[in-house]
Parts: sequence; C-alpha cells; structure tokens
Amino acid sequence: MKTESNLEKVLAAGHLAVTSECGPPRGCKPEEVVAKSKFLDGIVDAVNVTDNQTAMVRMSSLAASVIVKQQGLHPLFQVTCRDRNRLAMQADIIGAYSLGIDTMLCLSGDHTKFGDHPQAMNVHDIDSIQLIQMVKDMRDKGIFQGGAELKGSPKMFIGAAANPFADPFELRVMRLAKKIAAGADFIQTQCIFNVPKFEQWMEGVRKMGLHKKCYILAGVTPCKSLGAAKYMANRVPGMDVPKDVVDRMASVPKEKQADEGVAICVETIERLKKVEGVAGFHIMAIEWEEKVEEICQRAGLLPRPQV
Amino acid sequence: MITAERKPLEEIIEYIKPFKRILLLGCNECVTVCSAGGRKEVGLLASGLQMARLKSGTDIEIQQHTLERQCDPEYVEEIVSMIDGADAVLSMACGCGVQQLAMRYKEIPVFPAVNTKFMGASERQGVWAERCQGCGDCLLGITGGICPISRCAKQLMNGPCGGSTTGKCEISEDVDCAWQLIWDRLKALGLTERYLDIMPAKDWRSGGGSGPRKIIREDLAE
Repeated sequence: MKTESNLEKVLAAGHLAVTSECGPPRGCKPEEVVAKSKFLDGIVDAVNVTDNQTAMVRMSSLAASVIVKQQGLHPLFQVTCRDRNRLAMQADIIGAYSLGIDTMLCLSGDHTKFGDHPQAMNVHDIDSIQLIQMVKDMRDKGIFQGGAELKGSPKMFIGAAANPFADPFELRVMRLAKKIAAGADFIQTQCIFNVPKFEQWMEGVRKMGLHKKCYILAGVTPCKSLGAAKYMANRVPGMDVPKDVVDRMASVPKEKQADEGVAICVETIERLKKVEGVAGFHIMAIEWEEKVEEICQRAGLLPRPQV
Repeated sequence: MITAERKPLEEIIEYIKPFKRILLLGCNECVTVCSAGGRKEVGLLASGLQMARLKSGTDIEIQQHTLERQCDPEYVEEIVSMIDGADAVLSMACGCGVQQLAMRYKEIPVFPAVNTKFMGASERQGVWAERCQGCGDCLLGITGGICPISRCAKQLMNGPCGGSTTGKCEISEDVDCAWQLIWDRLKALGLTERYLDIMPAKDWRSGGGSGPRKIIREDLAE
C-alpha cells in the first residue's frame, strides 16, 4: 500500500471499487455539497470533486473536498492544469493532504473556450502527465517539482483520466502507458456507451499488461433524458454515444426516459464486469447524484466493502 | 514572420484626433509580407484617414513613408528630418517597430495602427497561422517538426487530450489537433516508439518566465 486512501484499500483487497462525482456549486452554497454527499454516503468508495468543470467557476475542489470529508465520505480531489501553475498546484496538494485528503485525480482540464470565462488565459504550465509525475515525486521522493526537499510528503493515491474514444485511437493505449509510467495508480475512463470500442481498447491495455500496473475504473453515466443522450452524442468533445443508445432512449415515452437511462447504465456495468482488467466503476451521474444508490443496488455493487 | 492585422479605422482616428500633421510609417518586412503594414497599406490607410477627416471637417496632413525595418535603429534614424514636420507618428509596423520609434523619438507621440498577432506561416494566399510561441527551447526535433506549444490549445507536451476527434481540436473544427499531426509524422518517420518517452515539465525561464528576454552575442555586441 502506497497510501491510506480508502479507494486504494478497496482496490488492493480485490473488490470492484465504486466512485462517483460531486460538482461543487456556483456560489457560496456549502449546503449543496452536503446534500450531494448525503446521496452518496455509504454508496461509493470515493467521491470525485470536480475542479471548475467545463471551465465554469465553482467552489474550489479543495474547499468542496473538505466539506465532503466533513460528511464522513472520502473525497477524490480533482486538479486541472488549466487554472494553476506548478506552484499553486503543489501548494493545494500539500494543503489538501494536510486536511486529510489522500486521493486525487490529475487532469489537463476543459478548455476555457467552453466555460463562462472565455476571456481567461489558460495556464498549462505543466500537462496532466507532468502533474502525475510531480505528485509522485512529492510523495515518493519527498521533493518539489523544482527539486527542493519537501518536509512532510503528501501521500496521495494518484489517479488519471483516460478516454478510449478519442482520436487517434491507436495512440490511446500508449497514452495510458505513459500516464502509468509517470506514476498513475488508478485510472477513471470517459463515460462508456460504446462497449465494443472500450473492449477493443482494453484488449490493447491487456496486451501491454497495463491492467496489472494500475487499477482501471470504467466510467459510466446514466442518461437523464433523450435530450441528454443527444447532447452527449453530438456536443461533448471526445464522447462516443452510439446511435442504438440514442434510439433506445427515443423508443420510450418522455416520462419513462429517466428509467431507461438508468437501465442502460446498469446493463453497461454488467457488461463491463465481464471485461478482464476492469477494477471498478466511476459513476458520473451529473446533477443526478440521487440515482447513484439505485444504480449501485441494481448492479449488485452494494453494500460497499469495509476495509 | 511576425503577423499583424490593421486596427479598426475608428480606433486609429481616435488616437490621432488631436493632431494635424501625421507621419504614417510602414515597414518593409513581416507586415508587408502579411499585407498589414507595407507601402500599399500605408497608402490605403492614408486615404481612409484623409476621407474621414474631410467628412468631419478637420484638416490633416499625412506624410507617408515606409522604412526597410522599423525594428532596426539604423533605419529608424532615417526619419530624423521627417519627424520635425509631424505632430504624431502612426506606425504600421509590429509592436517591435512601434517601440523602436518611441524609444528613439521621445518628444513625439507614437501610435500603433496594427495589432501584432503571432509568429506564423502562410498556409495559403491570405491565410496565416500560428506556428511558434518563442519558448526559447525548441522541441521540434523530438515532435516530428510540429510544435505542441503553439499548435495545441492546451500546450500538451505528452500527447493528445481526450477532446481530439477525427484529427481536429475540441475547440474548433478549423483547428487541427497538433498531436494528431505529430503522431502522423512520427508514424511516417517510423519513430512511434518515441511517443512513449515522457517529456518532462518545461523550464519556462527561456520562454519568458524569467522576465523580458535578451540575446547578447559577445562576438557581435559593441
């Protein structure tokens, strides 16, 4: 064990891990973080707390992670390279660990073009792979990125993202290999709707033995409506929502679409359980946290193991 | 080259509003090549300004001149005699030229008539695209001749983000994914293994991180 992370313990014990997501509020509404935490309490092993997701200003992921932690859950602190340089990131990582946060996810970040401050400068002092490397060096070598000694290392369980559906496809396994070489302990993938394509990617992953070098959590998302499915299919860069999923959502009346979305999600988890190398699931129920319990229940992922 | 685009006429008119005798200076280098501030554009801007002043009923005298290079003190010296007859200078050079004039002629206001954009190359007639951010530590030798600093919207140094779709960047279908281009080149050159090497965090000191940059060539400097 590299850390005290609950997620690491669950994975190391050989259980299928479950993580979910909490998007912090766009304002001083700590009660919203508390409410979202309540939906996930006892349901997941760690809660991703997003960092200005879609480049919209929100409560900081660090502050919201602390609130999640205060509710007795295990926050998974997300850090993007878009808004902070290496000094600010390292300061936040030390701060987070000092406040009891021991699990994090290293991301490039959505471009500011998509958010509500397109006028802002994108920082990108370092990229996500260099961020992984930096956190690993802080943890294992006890040094800052600049080389100076760090007194009191943050023992972070280090996560990274992978998108098996982006292009060029042939590079996607190699990119994962690179993240693992940099120091990623676990991976959370982009939402999987196209299971055959994910299986194809996993085949490449296994060929390189990467599933034995890090834990791969398969990302899933329940579609709330036909509109949401269409939006993800057509508007979200790097998302692959096949036509049959959209057609299935369209085949039921509007009031039944949410149920259908949950059913598709549960079936997807069942299919993914059979894929060798999948170590757990990352359930991204965006602004629909109340559904995570039902999804976990129906997918046989409850109760969560106590480790 | 350094690319530029002429500022909106209204903005230029506003700058020179209080002045009657204008020295309008073009530059024969980059801004000529990108059709923003060469001899031809000087002529066009001069007539535009004259027309606007005629409409508003205020006199204007414009001396037109195009220097070989506004960023070079030797050529900037050429206009000593013309400066006396002017109340203000309007420069159509890039920001380097404007500043060279301002530093040399301290008593006269100098205004920019173009917006300096980026270091780029011509893609086809009338189209210029960014190619270099002057990071001071060129990576092109290991990225197949395609620059991820200037051509990737996130300046990623270790591969494409999750938003790369059919060769295009997530920010726009008009922008090529730099890493798709790099990958295609590495494949064509038989260097795909090179992709697995992790490019370490960049030292931005050479790229402006340590303040305004200067090159001093001891063998040439006087």
